[in-house]
Amino acid sequence: MITLKVNGQDRQVDVDPATPLLWVLRDTIGLTGTKYGCGIAACGACTVHMDGQPTRSCSVTVGDVGAASITTIEAIESKAAKAVQTAWQKLDVVQCGYCQSGQIMAATALLESNPKPTQEDVEAAMTNICRCATYQRIKTAVNEAARIMEG
Amino acid sequence: MLIRKNDALPINTVTPSRRGFLKAGVVAGAGLVIGWHLPSGRITSAQAAEAGSPFEGYIRISPENKVTVLAAHLDMGQGIYTGTATLVAEELEADWSQMEVEGGYGNPKLYGNLAFGGKFQGTGGSTATMSSFDRYRRAGATARVMLVSAAAKQWNVPAGEIAVSKGVVSHSSGKKATFGELAEAAAKETPPADVTLKDAGAWTLIGNADLRRLDSPAKTTGQQTFTLDVKLPGMLYAVVQRPPLFGGKVKSFDATAAKQVKGVVDVVEIPRGVAVVADSTWNAMAGRKALKVEWDDSAAEKRGTPELMAEYKKLAAGKEAAVARNDGDAAAAMKSAAKVISAEFEFPYLAHAAMEPLDAVARKDGDNIEIWGGHQMPDLYQGIAAGIAETTPDKIVLHVMMTGGSFGRRAVGDGDVIAEAVSTAKAIGWKAPVKVVWTREDDMTGGRYRPMYFHKMQAGIDGAGKLVAWQHRIVGQSIMSDGPFAGFIQNGVDPTSVEGASTLPYAVPNIHVDLVTTKVGVPVLWWRSVGSTHTAYSTEVLIDEVAQAAGQDPIAFRLAMLGDKPRHKAVLEKVKEASGWGQAMEKGKGRGVAVAESFGSYVAQVVDVSVNNGAIKVERVICAVDCGTAVNPDVIKAQMEGGIGYGLSAILKGEITLKDGLVEQTNFDGYEVLHLDEMPEVEVHILPSKEGPTGVGEPGVPPIGPAVANAVFAATGKRIRLLPMSKFDWKSA
Repeated sequence: MITLKVNGQDRQVDVDPATPLLWVLRDTIGLTGTKYGCGIAACGACTVHMDGQPTRSCSVTVGDVGAASITTIEAIESKAAKAVQTAWQKLDVVQCGYCQSGQIMAATALLESNPKPTQEDVEAAMTNICRCATYQRIKTAVNEAARIMEG
Repeated sequence: MLIRKNDALPINTVTPSRRGFLKAGVVAGAGLVIGWHLPSGRITSAQAAEAGSPFEGYIRISPENKVTVLAAHLDMGQGIYTGTATLVAEELEADWSQMEVEGGYGNPKLYGNLAFGGKFQGTGGSTATMSSFDRYRRAGATARVMLVSAAAKQWNVPAGEIAVSKGVVSHSSGKKATFGELAEAAAKETPPADVTLKDAGAWTLIGNADLRRLDSPAKTTGQQTFTLDVKLPGMLYAVVQRPPLFGGKVKSFDATAAKQVKGVVDVVEIPRGVAVVADSTWNAMAGRKALKVEWDDSAAEKRGTPELMAEYKKLAAGKEAAVARNDGDAAAAMKSAAKVISAEFEFPYLAHAAMEPLDAVARKDGDNIEIWGGHQMPDLYQGIAAGIAETTPDKIVLHVMMTGGSFGRRAVGDGDVIAEAVSTAKAIGWKAPVKVVWTREDDMTGGRYRPMYFHKMQAGIDGAGKLVAWQHRIVGQSIMSDGPFAGFIQNGVDPTSVEGASTLPYAVPNIHVDLVTTKVGVPVLWWRSVGSTHTAYSTEVLIDEVAQAAGQDPIAFRLAMLGDKPRHKAVLEKVKEASGWGQAMEKGKGRGVAVAESFGSYVAQVVDVSVNNGAIKVERVICAVDCGTAVNPDVIKAQMEGGIGYGLSAILKGEITLKDGLVEQTNFDGYEVLHLDEMPEVEVHILPSKEGPTGVGEPGVPPIGPAVANAVFAATGKRIRLLPMSKFDWKSA
């Protein structure tokens, strides 16, 4: 048994420690807001927060998570998270929406640590792939969220 | 405002009239149903034949005052659920917040795509809004009339005195009711024989740029359920080991080690390979790693892409080709032309690489087989699944899931992952529901690519700088040659191979377009904008070159040659004005243009690039689109932005290559795609139009490649005719 701290709760999971966190979140715990996209940390669809840091959960084993606190899209509620979700909805960023949990987790982490990011900061932090290419709206929405947070 | 998935909804049990004209019925607890929505779409062919009205099976109004639209088209991100709800809500006078959408299926009479002759249901070819425009507005208007009629009886007032606005039915006496309150009584009303639709001037939702997508809340909170997220009691997870070479087959396999992997439940052979079934996705993947399969590669494709391209070039120089268009005498006109420009273009295989990998869930429930998936061609998939399960299509229950992208990939003639899920569930004796998931590697190496093509072209200009001759040969695989679409091939020409080339819009007196269809074992498929992915590139780059040779401005030259094409001209004029066309550019920067019609819509783009030591940076795209009536302007803009980004990904760096028959790119590390920092600023202008709505999902793609190439030429004097541009050899060019 491995104990994980997910969304503020301790979860006991009976899995091989080498199992990626992503699949434990999705298949074992049932938190499916976090998506599988590539399995090699290239696309970011699986982004969660690990002690507040944006982390690609497909490439972290549950054995390596240790006592770190995991937050998924289902439980984000910081000021930055709310601002990001509000901006995303106002600008209708989503198309297929499959990558957007990861995008929102990345944007939220960015704004939590850097509430007034420059365009370069946004480009450096938002490396998640979106095949619908909603990138222009993502950029605008991150700026909009920063504005809402000032608000 | 959530779009719910089918399995969360109550099942309707309206019994269809044997005479076939029952258009409404009371459903226990479900209120008004316009027409019958059979229980989870279980419809027999006899019932389908009876369904004679376009008003059947489109709208459900619940006592809780929710309006659920049953959409004929899969939403894979393009926003058609929002679009379909817009059409219904406009005529129903519903409140936007009460609208919900789910996928309808199981009756081609109701959901058959009008662009495909109405014979079968399918999402593709950017046709969904066109096909839905009248039928869903009529359904909304019919429901409204029936609600008003019911209210008139209850209140004992003339129907003509009743108003409907934002989901409330009201009378000047002060009486009012919600749709939900009236739904059951309204269901007993006789549907009107005909309805009058609003004039465009009275629309409040159609054309409203402030209307938000119905799916934004769920998709920004992790609540949207995709096929990958479906979890059923006792469900098992499977991955399939498919032959590494296209055309390979299983000779034998040894599952001993795989079965020892923790969580692995079964290892079974299915027609497409060997399925490893486990208690979690990860354990299935781990089991597959331990699986040993011996393949029969005797009939497999073993050539690499360099050999294939060399062969295509030889074929292009040959005599055999099927004629796609022949105006005048292009060969003779070319001989007498004052100047001839020759150009050859190479296009690679491309993967769709939608973010949600291919997936499907299959379960046997009594006599029925249920399948959750991105059902892009539902009737076809019912038939395929029925064949595998040895039952009839009416026993195949589909759950049409919100889908994480497709770009063509989920419209497959053999059912693909749908067939695999049913085959796997059957192979384990239907003992549990099974979810089959493709890994990214499976997706990237699994074929169904945009075909590789070679184009050989010549353009002849007379002494006055006029384009008088045009010859265009295309060499490549046919998308429709195998499977259910083969009937579309006429006189040896697959229209998807030549569209955009055979329909060259420019007034050239002598045009010859022909096609050499190759036989290669690499499976190919439509890829967002299909033939125009390559034909718009070659034609618009060559036209630019002709304009240059004639010493004319690229836009002025095009406009002069588009005499009888007002819609092409209008989008060109728009981007000319909006882009500041003609301004001097800094050194190292260039501006280029392209225009293309595809799927009935007209798109022009002006692109600004900078080129630094061979690195192309696309800085700005000004886009004008004429897609007829703009139902959801903001969704149209999003589709143009997305089409531009998707097209840029491909032309800048997208490429699938094969070595000895094996695909060399296995994931996003090898098959590179566009990232946020490479996305240009995109400005979209929608031309006002009174024409019927046409496509927007695909038409944003075709012009972007040639517009970038023409901008690169403006910046550097180099013509890029080999894609992706990352392969361009700047030194020797």
